[in-house]
Amino acid sequence: MSVAIELKGIEKNYPGVVANHDVEITIAKGNIHAIIGENGAGKSTLMKILYGMVKPDAGTIAIFESPVTIKSPQDAIGLGIGMVHQHFMLADNATVLENIVLGSEPMKAKVVVDYAKARENLLNIIQTYGLDINPDDLVADLGVGVRQRVEIAKVLFRGAKILILDEPTAVLVPQEVDDLFKNLKGLTQNGLTIIFISHKLDEVMAIADSITVMRHGTTVANLVPAKTNKKELAEYMIGGELPSPRPATTKPREEKVLVVTNASANDRTGREILHGINLEIHAGEILGLAGVEGNGQSELIELIMGLVKPDSGSVVTVGLDTHDSTLREIRDHGVGYIPQDRQRDGLMMAAPLWENRILGHQQTKPMSNGIWIDKGAAKKDSERIIEEFDVRTPSNAVLANALSGGNQQKFIVGREMSGDPKMLIAAQPTRGVDVGAQAIIWDHLIEARLKGTGVLLVSADLDELFKLSDRIAVIFRGTIVDYLDPRKTTPEQLGLAMTGEKIA
Amino acid sequence: MKRVNKFLWAIAAPLAAVIFTLIFVSIILLIKGANPLSTFQLIASYGSQPENVVAELNQTVAYYLAGVAAAIGFRMLLFNIGIDGQYRLAIFIAAVVGGATNLPAFLEVPLIIITGVVVGALWASIAGYLKVKRNISEVISNIMLNTIASGLIIYMLQPGRLGLKGVNSDNLATPMIPKSGWMPSFKIMGGELYSFAFVAIAVGVIYWIVLNKSVFGFNLRATGMSFRAARASGVNAPRMVFITMALSGAIAGLTGMGELLSHTHTYSLAFPTGYALTGLALALLGRSNPIGIAIAAFFWAFLEQAAPALDLNGVPKEIVMMMQGTIILATVTSYEIVKRITRRQQQRLVGAAEAPRVDAEAKGVKS
Repeated sequence: MSVAIELKGIEKNYPGVVANHDVEITIAKGNIHAIIGENGAGKSTLMKILYGMVKPDAGTIAIFESPVTIKSPQDAIGLGIGMVHQHFMLADNATVLENIVLGSEPMKAKVVVDYAKARENLLNIIQTYGLDINPDDLVADLGVGVRQRVEIAKVLFRGAKILILDEPTAVLVPQEVDDLFKNLKGLTQNGLTIIFISHKLDEVMAIADSITVMRHGTTVANLVPAKTNKKELAEYMIGGELPSPRPATTKPREEKVLVVTNASANDRTGREILHGINLEIHAGEILGLAGVEGNGQSELIELIMGLVKPDSGSVVTVGLDTHDSTLREIRDHGVGYIPQDRQRDGLMMAAPLWENRILGHQQTKPMSNGIWIDKGAAKKDSERIIEEFDVRTPSNAVLANALSGGNQQKFIVGREMSGDPKMLIAAQPTRGVDVGAQAIIWDHLIEARLKGTGVLLVSADLDELFKLSDRIAVIFRGTIVDYLDPRKTTPEQLGLAMTGEKIA
Repeated sequence: MKRVNKFLWAIAAPLAAVIFTLIFVSIILLIKGANPLSTFQLIASYGSQPENVVAELNQTVAYYLAGVAAAIGFRMLLFNIGIDGQYRLAIFIAAVVGGATNLPAFLEVPLIIITGVVVGALWASIAGYLKVKRNISEVISNIMLNTIASGLIIYMLQPGRLGLKGVNSDNLATPMIPKSGWMPSFKIMGGELYSFAFVAIAVGVIYWIVLNKSVFGFNLRATGMSFRAARASGVNAPRMVFITMALSGAIAGLTGMGELLSHTHTYSLAFPTGYALTGLALALLGRSNPIGIAIAAFFWAFLEQAAPALDLNGVPKEIVMMMQGTIILATVTSYEIVKRITRRQQQRLVGAAEAPRVDAEAKGVKS
């Protein structure tokens, strides 16, 4: 077995921080090697070192068994290391071929781009690795999965033998993940080595040949999937036993926080997007909402909050008919909202955390007093959230955009649970956050339920739905097609219901 | 200590910009064969002559209000290039209303001022309405509204409509406002300082307090920072955009009011144009902060007052425009640089908090 990458004793210090220390990784040629760890565990720093964007303070790197120093991404590319970034870097108004040659154009007589040669090279790559892309497609017309293949082809075009994929599945739907995995297998069969950075344990177990776990800047375990399991991986990641949500011990109360009766709603073009919805949530209950994305979940949330008024039927949220109430009144009456797109809908990214604490509560005590904002109360309560929800930040004066996604989310969850809302709408509350943050968020959702909050949990994570929900409603093509009892339903049955099949 | 540091960072950017501008303009002057030092000296000495200082202060008030009007828009990411039309239409109608009424001073003066504010707000709210309801860029609609305002004013200023031929000139003007509608001036340093300056100061204070301390100001800033997050938090975000545009126009309606109430007492086509661009530039320079805008506005007025002296001494007065242009570019650039430096500092601190310092034991003996 020949070794593609060997990292020994890698260390990187930033002023006051050890970002990486004693990192030891050996990756065999032709393997898919997963590197997992929580946000802030040092994965990104390590990859930046490997790609020449950051210079290590100590340690050695060997590529294909010869020691190297990598000073820049150009060096890395020269050594056959390619990086596929999480956020694609493609020009929309250019074709696939143009995007791929951009920056490494084969030249004719040193003046004109030799497109014929470029095309030939690209077609070779497409055929060798079984990548399903068309050189002449306009990138603007392509879906996310295809764009990712273009990014991979771009790296291969530059002669990469080692591919670094940074959270490649974060932007993909399950079907596209399957396609990606097939492609990755194809690449390794042709001798390429892949580093797969992730924190999704299911995927890592499914695709990786070997796994390295990182925690607090160092490598804590090297494992193979056949000899480990998700639980063990998670425990290595967080350095202790994985907290599991406390089982629900109380019964939901009689009182209803949401009553949707036969509600339908049209979009601006008059197309019916929600149809005959009947939905009730009791105080002290978590109602899971399952469904393939795009079946009306977002619209249902807008309907419940009163942003969209029903065209027929009625929606009564925390006792207010949304027809006669503004969103402000509904929110001030005790509705918390954890939005799916936390950065766009949940935060003022350029404002400090304490100001973000006010958002959504700007017209209620204690955040404001009459027409004035109470800055002192906002600062004090943001400290409480930072403490209770373990938001990792040096202070409440830090701008929201400086925090990592998981910490932003913990802050939002903390804010939305402030003042014990009567109802909480949680849309994908743990998407893209690490296991540690996930455990904290789950704990608090269950606590809110115990305190009598009615929770609408919209999630694509079936595991989350099963663990937390008292009941699961299934939404399909804009209507609720089924109610399931999570204790008497299997994930397979739920999956089937999500595609519109009726469970017998 | 922390506060001092913060203050230093706040003035670092404008200071660097001023130094850069002086160096750049010096080079240009040297190329032109002029002595930079004596040129700057000339500007400084001419601009600081007492009677000039008073003229500068009066001009500062007008620039300042245009700057605050622009700054309110900036907080909502609105580029109110319509300040020009809003201010001229506002002053024109205020002058007409003032000229047609003769109430006691304590009613007449507020009537004229409020007319200006209301007209400015109404004119701006056309652009606000189009923006919110029809998704039309406020830049485009405001440019058009400026032209329409010009046309309207010229049409209505014709003799027999709302205007008169001037007594000693061919210039068209509105009827004189009676004395009860005049605001006093203070005789200081051999000049006359308009008392309207106090209104401008009050506007600055109210602007700052409302924006930073009130729920309304929070909603406004939240909508400017993230329309969607503000909407999700319960703010009627489209309405906030509309209100902000109207507020910006309301302040624009005060621009030039000092001149009208304390000096000309009539509106004529001699009222200057171009306050929109100046106001936007000053809001940028002052970072939408009322004190920053005031300093920038005085600086602007100072340079412009000194410009004619240059021509008399053989240096083209356009060098002042060059200084103004350079300082805008340099300031915007240096603010961006400072922003990036502070952001990096903050990210480093966040990094330290997220990945706790590894204790010496685990790390070994390495220092």
